[in-house]
Amino acid sequence: MNHSAVSSKSTLGQQWQEFWFYFSVSKTAVAGLVFLVLVVFVALFADVISPHEPAEQYRQFAKLPPAWKEGGQMQFFLGTDYAGRDMLSRIIHGSRLSLLAGSIVVILSLSIGVLLGLIAGYRGGWLEILIMRVMDTIMAVPGLLLALVLVAILGPGLLNAMVAIAITYTPYFVRLTRASTLSELNRDYVTASKMTGASSTRLMFVSILPNCMAPVIVQGTLSFSTAILDTAALGFLGMGAQAPTPEWGTLIAENRDLILNAPWTVTFPGIAILLAVLAINLVGDGLRDALDPKLKRS
Amino acid sequence: MKKTLLAAGLGLGLALTGVAQAKTLVFCSEGSPEGFNPSLYSAGTTFDASSQTIYNRIVQFETGTTKVIPGLAESWSSSADGLEYTFNLRKGVQFHTTDDFTPTRDFNADDILFTYNRMWKEDHPYHDVGGEYLYFGWMDMGSLLKSIEKVDDYTVKFTLTRPESPFVSNLAMDFASVLSAEYADNLAVAGRQADIDNKPVGTGPFVLDSYVKDAYIRYNAHDDYWDGRSNIDKLVFAITVDNNVRYQKLKAGECHVMPYPNPADLAAMAADADINLMQQEGLNVGYLAFNTEKAPFDQKIVRQALSMAINKQAILDIVFEGAGSVAKNPIPPTMWSYNHAVRDYAYDPAGAKAMLDSAGVSGLKTNIWAMPVQRPYNPNARRMAELIQADWAKVGVDAEIVTYEWGEYLQRSRDGEHDTMLLGWTGDNGDPDNFMGVLLGCTAAASGGNRARWCHEEFDSLLNQARQITDQAERTALYEEAQEIFKDEAPWVTIAHSIVFKPVRKEVTGFIVHPLGSHIFYDGVDLK
Amino acid sequence: MLRFLINRLMLLVPVFIGVTVVAFGFIRVLPGDPVEVLAGERGVSAEKRVEILANLGLDKPVWQQYLTYLNDVLHGNLGVSVKTNRPVVEEFFELFPATAELAICAIIFAVIIGVPAGIIAALKRGSKIDQGIMGISLIGYSMPIFWWGLLLIILFSNTLNLTPVSGRLSFLFDVDPVTGFMLIDTLLSDEKGSFLNALHHLILPTVVLGTIPLAVIARQTRSAMLEVLSEDYVRTARAKGLSTFRVVTIHALRNAMITVVTVIGLMVAILLAGAILTETIFGWPGIGKWIIFSIFARDYYAVQGGLLLIAITIMTVNLIVDLLYGFINPRILHQKNKS
Repeated sequence: MNHSAVSSKSTLGQQWQEFWFYFSVSKTAVAGLVFLVLVVFVALFADVISPHEPAEQYRQFAKLPPAWKEGGQMQFFLGTDYAGRDMLSRIIHGSRLSLLAGSIVVILSLSIGVLLGLIAGYRGGWLEILIMRVMDTIMAVPGLLLALVLVAILGPGLLNAMVAIAITYTPYFVRLTRASTLSELNRDYVTASKMTGASSTRLMFVSILPNCMAPVIVQGTLSFSTAILDTAALGFLGMGAQAPTPEWGTLIAENRDLILNAPWTVTFPGIAILLAVLAINLVGDGLRDALDPKLKRS
Repeated sequence: MKKTLLAAGLGLGLALTGVAQAKTLVFCSEGSPEGFNPSLYSAGTTFDASSQTIYNRIVQFETGTTKVIPGLAESWSSSADGLEYTFNLRKGVQFHTTDDFTPTRDFNADDILFTYNRMWKEDHPYHDVGGEYLYFGWMDMGSLLKSIEKVDDYTVKFTLTRPESPFVSNLAMDFASVLSAEYADNLAVAGRQADIDNKPVGTGPFVLDSYVKDAYIRYNAHDDYWDGRSNIDKLVFAITVDNNVRYQKLKAGECHVMPYPNPADLAAMAADADINLMQQEGLNVGYLAFNTEKAPFDQKIVRQALSMAINKQAILDIVFEGAGSVAKNPIPPTMWSYNHAVRDYAYDPAGAKAMLDSAGVSGLKTNIWAMPVQRPYNPNARRMAELIQADWAKVGVDAEIVTYEWGEYLQRSRDGEHDTMLLGWTGDNGDPDNFMGVLLGCTAAASGGNRARWCHEEFDSLLNQARQITDQAERTALYEEAQEIFKDEAPWVTIAHSIVFKPVRKEVTGFIVHPLGSHIFYDGVDLK
Repeated sequence: MLRFLINRLMLLVPVFIGVTVVAFGFIRVLPGDPVEVLAGERGVSAEKRVEILANLGLDKPVWQQYLTYLNDVLHGNLGVSVKTNRPVVEEFFELFPATAELAICAIIFAVIIGVPAGIIAALKRGSKIDQGIMGISLIGYSMPIFWWGLLLIILFSNTLNLTPVSGRLSFLFDVDPVTGFMLIDTLLSDEKGSFLNALHHLILPTVVLGTIPLAVIARQTRSAMLEVLSEDYVRTARAKGLSTFRVVTIHALRNAMITVVTVIGLMVAILLAGAILTETIFGWPGIGKWIIFSIFARDYYAVQGGLLLIAITIMTVNLIVDLLYGFINPRILHQKNKS
């Protein structure tokens, strides 16, 4: 990723090839990507794939164990919950919510964070001080705690949980973007564009922004996985998605008192979270290695 | 003290010294008390740790019933107009001696006056010490009382502003626990007024020894207790929040009694030879209230149809896991005046659908509010709402589940924002008026305590008549009639009365499950 | 050094004010009502409600409330819990040692396992061992810890009966809370076996809370080690025939230490957030459980005070880490001063 190459189209394909070359070196990263694509596929076609409606109560089959256990039935492969709802179908539909939550959190925090970071770095002055001190304040309180308080204000629910988590992630993007902007500002090409009379907005978004993107993208994938974890944690604490919405953390929370009685209602949603987050982290590691020029050489 | 407990637990040491082994009863309580003055709080956990151990009241509930019996008063009488009550106080009752206080006199009328005036009179020097006198307000004592007079050291006269038949029962409630006026005076001199609530002194069967938040409360027997020293020498509340853990400790013999078992564990407890699983129907009711001010719930036939559409037995099986009974009346069956003749709506989705059609209701979209907290009358409101949602879907009603934070939930529902909502009630004093009057009367419909916002003239006048008379048989007849009207009008779907389970280890004798929810370790409780 | 300290403190002032605004402001816009929560099903009359709000000081204009609040904060007064009528500061410091003990144990656990694992992985770069260690640490890093805790409870407490399910100490022991740190208090007391019992209670929560720090430390140590190992002087040392062991102990551990200190600094906020979940699952009587309970109960002053005190804790630890950093690597002092 060198600066002169960015604006030209023909090299974009080259860049992509180069990126894919380095990314595909890591087998685990590719495995993570494959699994992630699978999860996305399941989420997109949840209605077709899942054997039952996620909210349908088969009360005569309440608390059925998974199919391979004694008393289990093939039609409820991962067992059923207290009201006889199919765990597999609920987990499949839950993948939608988790991926959606992760994406929205990243989109929100990334776009707001990058914008504020650019402004802070480019404009400087009191605006920079204000933005950075507000970000410091947000970072002074543990993210989950701040999100909890925010959700308490906004009211529990998946959407509000996403907004709250996005707010707690914003400072990381602001800091990254500001730091890169500051270092880019001193480079020749920026000075050159300034001399030719390019507008500030053009400078900020067309010249500087693309060159700050690599670390932001890596931070974005990291945030994607932690956003899924934090959404689930809020759901678990009863402050995220509300039952009977089959969000993964909420599934664990609503079945928590059955932990001795019907442990499968707690274990499978957790495994789903773990695998999805793991896949994203594998991809994230691969991305970082592929995008980080320093590691490329070694 | 610490040595004895450990030694008792491990069963060694003491035999050598020839000292009789102290009887220690351990109660795995469900949480830390809010404090040690029951007049300031509302949680049963707090009452167990304070009013039922440290304090007495002027009159008390007989353990195991809601009958009012003498406490610090030996006897009482009321005037013919029901406005004056005179109490003859017990002589020779001693307050606890603690590190901070040594009583120089016996209990007398001054202590009664101190206790009530503190809660009642805003200019009382102790009124602003502590916090809010919650139950004193809820029972409307402030406007009910006209005066409290000390006739002599052992006679006190209460004068009321209006006749109120449940008055004496109110005085037996936890909030009316009697504090020591002498202790209060000493603390005022020392400038440590707040200690009256934190370092409690009472006349009760147990003296507070030590307390560590979220860990334990330790009590010793009150040697000079007026009703005889307790059989138990030491009482320990081992604070154990998680019901799974409480059960494990009970199994291991680390505690003798535990409250609020996880419904899912009941079968295993019943099968355990070391555990005596005691049970009693709780003095409570869980209900779904229709907002009768909103269409179509203003029509009786719609309310009846939606009542018929709910499979209550499934709720009992899934939400209560059997630890409850289907409710048909707004008061629990253990309460006097319960009308056994009332017939409940049978589960009949087809019939319900037909009734909705005849009322011209189709494609109804509505909501079910579910509270966010576990209550004695409803172990899991959201689960209950999910089941009702599915049942109603079968008769073509599309209901959305709505939840707010608990305080907001109560406030918004008091303002009538809901279509239908889940709530319930736990009895305070065993009087039917404490259910029907507070929850279904017209005054309550105006103030919002009546979540159905249902004001039925005939029903309301029956309640008003019953409140003015003291004869229980006459009152019973009126309340039975009121229950018939209630069922026909169906402002609520009465869902369940929970069954209260108390797993108690076999070596404990004489423990009684108390209908008002308290855990009492005096009155004949002993260890084998 | 002193200038550095003063500089850092000056930077904290706006953040401190920011946090007071957040703590104060957020609580004001919280929907719900502490009076209603106190009253429960029984409710409260309109007049009574006004009276209670006035007692709580909630009837004055907001800016006036804020100034009163700021003044109180500077005098160390964070108000009184609506629920228990006890000063918030008192409640916080009573429960804080429990959280601190758990967090310290989690960090020790993470360091003891994470640092050697990272070093080994670096030395055996690319081998099966390296892949194994990195794989496990990535799983740890991806772990939803609330579920992890439940899973460990199912396995170790309920199935194998090896560990207690919750709490800090069996109630059979009567240990006076001297320091609030149960491991120290049990040693100070004369109750035999209580120390082991307390240790026993600590195992699962420590593992759960330490999982993510462990993963991060292992990964960071590995990359720090790789960097050091590729430096010229290390190569030279190796070429000169110094044993790997000596190279590692002399040159690399110092770097590992810097990594660990940095990570601990980064971890404080994560540990406190993790404590909310861990303490909820294990019934651990610390500030994490306390603050979430206070949020649910709309205990205005407890949440407000708790937020502030937690932020102050994090700022303090970060400051200490910064200073430690300076001791380990004096170059940093000057670089940091400039920024």
